[in-house]
Amino acid sequence: MKTHALVIDYKYCTGCHSCELACRQEKQIASQDEWGIKLAEFGPEKLAGEWYWNYVAVPSSLCDLCESRLAEGKKPACVHHCLAKCMEAVPLAEVPTRLAELGDGVAVFMP
Amino acid sequence: MDAEWKKEVGDLIRVRTCGWSPPGDHPVGCGMFIYTDKDGNFVKVEGDPDHPISQGRLCPRCLAMGEFLNSPDRIKYPMKRARADRGKDTWERITWDEALDILEREVKKIWEEYGPETIYLFQGTGREATLYAPPMAQACFKTPNCSFSMSGGSCYGPRTVVADFLLGAGYPELDYAAYFPDRYDDPRYEVPKYIILWGKSPLQSNPDGFYGHAIIDLMKRGSKLIVIDPRLTWLASRAAFHIQLRPGTDAAVGLAMLNVVLTEDLYDHEFCENWVFGVEELAERVADKTPEWAEDITWVPAEVIRGAARAFATNAPSSIMWGLAIDTQQNGAQAGQSLLALAAICGYMDVPGGITLSLPSSFMGRWRFETAQYVDPETMAKRIDAKEDHPAYACGPFAHPDEVLTVMETEEPYAFHMAYFYATNPISPTVYAEPERWYNALMKMDFNAAQDCFMTPTIMGLCDLVLPVSGFAEHDGVVLPHFGRNTHFLGAMNAAIDPGEAKSDIEIDMIVGKRLNPEAWPWETAEEFFNAQIRTQYDWDFNDLRDMGVFQQNFEYRKYEKGMLRPDSEPGFNTPTGMIEVCSSIYDDFGEDELPYFMEPAMSPYSTPDVAEEYPLVLTTGGRDFVSFHSEHRQIPSLRNVTPDPLVTINPATARALGINAGDYVCIENPLGKCVERARISNEVPERVVHATHGWWYPEEEGEAPNLFGTWKSNVNKLIPMYKVGKLGYGAPYKNVLCKIYKVDGYEAGNSNPAEYEPPASRGPESMTKGAPAPLSYEVKHQGE
Repeated sequence: MKTHALVIDYKYCTGCHSCELACRQEKQIASQDEWGIKLAEFGPEKLAGEWYWNYVAVPSSLCDLCESRLAEGKKPACVHHCLAKCMEAVPLAEVPTRLAELGDGVAVFMP
Repeated sequence: MDAEWKKEVGDLIRVRTCGWSPPGDHPVGCGMFIYTDKDGNFVKVEGDPDHPISQGRLCPRCLAMGEFLNSPDRIKYPMKRARADRGKDTWERITWDEALDILEREVKKIWEEYGPETIYLFQGTGREATLYAPPMAQACFKTPNCSFSMSGGSCYGPRTVVADFLLGAGYPELDYAAYFPDRYDDPRYEVPKYIILWGKSPLQSNPDGFYGHAIIDLMKRGSKLIVIDPRLTWLASRAAFHIQLRPGTDAAVGLAMLNVVLTEDLYDHEFCENWVFGVEELAERVADKTPEWAEDITWVPAEVIRGAARAFATNAPSSIMWGLAIDTQQNGAQAGQSLLALAAICGYMDVPGGITLSLPSSFMGRWRFETAQYVDPETMAKRIDAKEDHPAYACGPFAHPDEVLTVMETEEPYAFHMAYFYATNPISPTVYAEPERWYNALMKMDFNAAQDCFMTPTIMGLCDLVLPVSGFAEHDGVVLPHFGRNTHFLGAMNAAIDPGEAKSDIEIDMIVGKRLNPEAWPWETAEEFFNAQIRTQYDWDFNDLRDMGVFQQNFEYRKYEKGMLRPDSEPGFNTPTGMIEVCSSIYDDFGEDELPYFMEPAMSPYSTPDVAEEYPLVLTTGGRDFVSFHSEHRQIPSLRNVTPDPLVTINPATARALGINAGDYVCIENPLGKCVERARISNEVPERVVHATHGWWYPEEEGEAPNLFGTWKSNVNKLIPMYKVGKLGYGAPYKNVLCKIYKVDGYEAGNSNPAEYEPPASRGPESMTKGAPAPLSYEVKHQGE
């Protein structure tokens, strides 16, 4: 059982792919057909007259939230390098509070 | 920051550095740790959380550093090839001594037989080469003929020159608290209420050293956006106002915004009275340039322009960032002038949360230009700089690329005999417009040489000698954002990896210089060079900078009140009037209108309506990607995997009408040429506009001529004309021509062979090649008056 969840404040995710590359290096994933986290894109489409265009990075079964880095007091590689600073590893007990702080446009993963 | 720039961490060695290039990027100077094992092998890279700007973050290009360092395609040692074998893969490994012997022999032969001015140096963009390429031309080859060679010098140069003429300051930049160690928390700082992003996509481009995702930092702190862009960028989808203009009509938008601010009396009277020259003349010029006038030209609803102008002017402080799109149009100087005027009359210059200014005074920037002293005055007078047609351009430091191509072709007033490619791959669609013309002209040279990290189409096709360049992880150096024109810090670049036989740009400059012109190159090592440069301004040296990691410079707001923007220490701006000139006091001397005006792009639905009948879509190019830098990174697997193909973005309705589906191969064609990219169907562009990506070639394909790694297949610059520049000599239509698109079977349908290319009959500034009708010239201006 993981101790943390991956919280993504995706309204600020710019789709930069840093999480994908950071993960590939950290987990030494050599095959281009495999990934530890991957972006999904929605839009741009007009929904009720407003543009909707969001990216969300989705962790895969290869993701252990960088357990060894968390143990050293560091952030997971994707979180550390996220250009928009929109990713966090949040202790499970604190997730509801953090979601309330971040407001709309947030996803939570327990990969 | 950690006091030790190099230390052992467990089994690994950790070196702190600030990134620049190669591999390519602008001088952002992101902070990172490079880890190696005890044998010096690369292990990993990790962002430095204590760096004041990047704060631990790194983009995909740095995170793929291991793939760059260990790429099997790297050029690892000097190589030569017989001139008769250009285009053939018959490269032969040689020693540095032999390479320098060849270069020395060829240069001296050309000096003696033809004169140093017949050597041309092509400078790349953004990379460290920006600092070190002009000195190679001037202080090694002793030639005045050197430039970054987009038509009209259409990158950075136009904006900085307009800023020099009108503002008398370096590069005007969004205030993102970059000078302050505590950044946004510094008590002097204010968050901008609105930020205009004008023809700029900073998230992907990190332009000129601006940290792109600072925009996100500011959005989280409350900044709202006004995006002026033909594309619905991701930022535009979140903007309070998106001015989705027809490509190339930025000046019309600018004039209309000025009309709103001036006629509705929304401007800063006190600032204008004290510090702005020509407000009345400007008000008269824009009196009839209403948003309704602009709507017909720009395709932007008048209410959007009006709303954005009001929001910007009535919410102090607000700020503007201007992008490459200002440079890549014939009318760009006027777009830039209206943009600076808008910021000036609203009082947003050099105030907290506005636009930071600085006196361009960088130590290395100065050295770069001072190396011109090694060019003989008689030789300097022979510089090909368009002085007759574009005297303003000829006041600058570079040769004029459009006139240079004409001279290379006609050999009048003299023939060029040698070209040197310094960190540039211009025939792949990054720099050259009409690249086949350039290719043919350069094949005539007696000798061509290059320095780079990878075998490129340019080197394979044209060069006789290539020198290997080290990556920034492999050499010592200094990074200075904005190349010294508004530089918030100096960063230390520390070698972490053994470069093998590769050398940094400055190291190559020095060893070549010692052969050809030793008096200009007294330093023995890069460290000695940096010590000498740093000591021109500070009482510490390169090793001290290594320990500091980053040296943030002091910053004062409202420098114009304190005599800090002029060399004579008087208050005001460094212009002839001492004020910001929204009406120029010097443009008249250059044959240019002193006030901003709108003129149509050379090829557009309105300037060439008969061309538009067959080619109805407006083609814009060059939007950037997170995983490449122009033509770089195509051979880095993890980056290529993110964006494997060149993409032309088409509106869903347009694609439906043309029977094009996502992923289809699509030919993009106009009277100048054609190329093939793959269809990306998206609302990012409106129905009448398509956007094609640039910089594409295929390192995995056959390298030998005529294929040259497929460089002619997806070469969108074949559709861009040379010599459609503004009166100041700057700006060219890289982002605003016409085209048609249609489905084809594959990339081959876009291929061409430069040997079969027919040059245009007329090469001058008024030409439009391949039979298209004559475009509007700068004499036919003031559209709508």
